[in-house]
Amino acid sequence: MKPSKQTGPDTGAEPLLRIEGVWKNYHGHHVLRGVDLEVAPHEVVCLIGASGSGKSTLLRCVNLLETVDDGAIWLGRDEITDVGTDPDEVRRRIGMVFQSYNLFPHMSVLDNITLAPVRAHRWTRRDAEARARELLDRFGLADKAHAYPDRLSGGQQQRVAIIRAMACEPSLLLLDEVTSALDPELVTEVMGIIRELKDSGMTMVLATHEMGFARDIADTVCFLQDGVLLERGPAEQMFTEPREPRTRAFLQRVLESRRL
Amino acid sequence: MTAPDHDAPPGAAPAWVKSARQLDRERRQRRQSVRSGSIATASTILFVVVVAVALTATPGWSRVKETFFDWDEFATAFPDVLSGFWLNVQIFLLAEPVILVLGLLVALARGLRNPLFFPLRALATLYTDVFRGIPTILLVYLVGFGLPALRLEGVPSSPAVLGGFALVLSYSAYVAEVFRSGIDSIHPSQRAAARSLGLSQAQSLRFVVLPQAVRRVVPPLLNDFASLQKDTALVAVLGPLEALRQAQIHSAETFNYTPYLAAAVLFIALTVPMARFTDHLAARAERRRASGGGGK
Ligand SMILES: Nc1ncnc2c1ncn2[C@@H]1O[C@H](COP(=O)(O)OP(=O)(O)OP(=O)(O)O)[C@@H](O)[C@H]1O
Ligand SMILES: [Mg+2]
Repeated sequence: MKPSKQTGPDTGAEPLLRIEGVWKNYHGHHVLRGVDLEVAPHEVVCLIGASGSGKSTLLRCVNLLETVDDGAIWLGRDEITDVGTDPDEVRRRIGMVFQSYNLFPHMSVLDNITLAPVRAHRWTRRDAEARARELLDRFGLADKAHAYPDRLSGGQQQRVAIIRAMACEPSLLLLDEVTSALDPELVTEVMGIIRELKDSGMTMVLATHEMGFARDIADTVCFLQDGVLLERGPAEQMFTEPREPRTRAFLQRVLESRRL
Repeated sequence: MTAPDHDAPPGAAPAWVKSARQLDRERRQRRQSVRSGSIATASTILFVVVVAVALTATPGWSRVKETFFDWDEFATAFPDVLSGFWLNVQIFLLAEPVILVLGLLVALARGLRNPLFFPLRALATLYTDVFRGIPTILLVYLVGFGLPALRLEGVPSSPAVLGGFALVLSYSAYVAEVFRSGIDSIHPSQRAAARSLGLSQAQSLRFVVLPQAVRRVVPPLLNDFASLQKDTALVAVLGPLEALRQAQIHSAETFNYTPYLAAAVLFIALTVPMARFTDHLAARAERRRASGGGGK
């Protein structure tokens, strides 16, 4: 599936991702409580909410790194939470990037990127390397192909991790606070790459603490509190006139902490 | 879009000429290191002299000297002990790769999560529990005398092979534990990252977890091998003509213990380089960690 040049969500089409009534608990503590969410093709959805509200857990459920305790998730037409699904096959259609990059330290940048295409997708090494080099080129990392992760800055590592996640052209990209571990001046370079992906039509769900970034890049913003998706709306409206008083209170708190 | 490089300050950087302060500092550093070198030498010499004097002053020294440090005895026994030692080396060289493979297999079996493989996992656990519990020398007796007594077809009768087999059984259990702790030490986020890319469980293990784990366990493995080298002498109880057995034969003839010293010297000559190599690897790994290497 080639990313098309279309930007902005294709809301008329069937949703690419549909989450319905998802519950998740750890040791009796409910982390997600009946979350519903739909993501249209080419849509960029930002999850915001206080620490511990369940953003990462929701993303991990979509990627089947966690099993849901109730509810269902569809990717396109397939229910991926069905007992019979092959999680490896689902994950090959979804890219995920973590806060702590999680590059493989014993592999060069190029090997990090080509591992999944070659081993999981059975591309030839040649094709995989060509694709990796094309992406590295596009995101300004061409000279780092043979470097090892510990020789890269945080921003470079995170960019490599994003490239690695989308090397196999997933139909959906999940980004979990990809800028939180970075120094402020490195945040912009990672944001740049995400913006480019949006412009190329990639469908993305991101959890973030960067409200400015969420406002800038998201089509839709979702506010989570204690495992409940309290409010969702167009980015502009969510930040200027949220309907829920609790959303307003949260945004207020974030703004105030920024000013201090 | 290239990586930001903020190394150079704005404007032309001035060329560096060592200041008088730096030159003076370096001079004093050199003097200091010469001084600490001489102190180390002097204290070593003093230490050796004191130990030598104390030892030779003991009442039994002349007897010990005769029975343990008889040069002629050493010279006559040495060729036989050396040829026996070659058998120790052979046992070691053959056992080592088998132990590595078996230990890794047992470690992997213990990590199996699929219910289908439950019997394998249980078996692997039982194996490590049993063979780590039995003293190695007891195991050598049991295998060396017990296996042939079964009169099975194809069981080798050579005591060296049987002894080597006993060592393999014992050491594989230890090595399996070393591998397992290495695998456990890899952070779960590495596996999550591999799985999130669509790699299967086995692929994540093979391409992501194991390569990192193996690198981490090289120093403890070398440690185990150093002790395997000397434990090859336990095979002596089964009677093959290895170094310790040869030394026993010689000393039985003359009631002089110097042949044992010859055997000891040979074992030390083999293990010391290995120990230094292990230190070297450990130090290198430590330096890597210190320099902020990707130890996630
Ligand atoms: N593996 C786990 N075992 C037990 N509890 C967990 C586990 N993972 C998450 N939790 C709990 O679930 C809750 C939600 O965690 P989650 O990581 O989804 O929050 P988050 O919104 O991503 O927070 P943050 O903004 O800090 O990343 C937290 O209270 C956390 O302690
Ligand atoms: Mg989180």
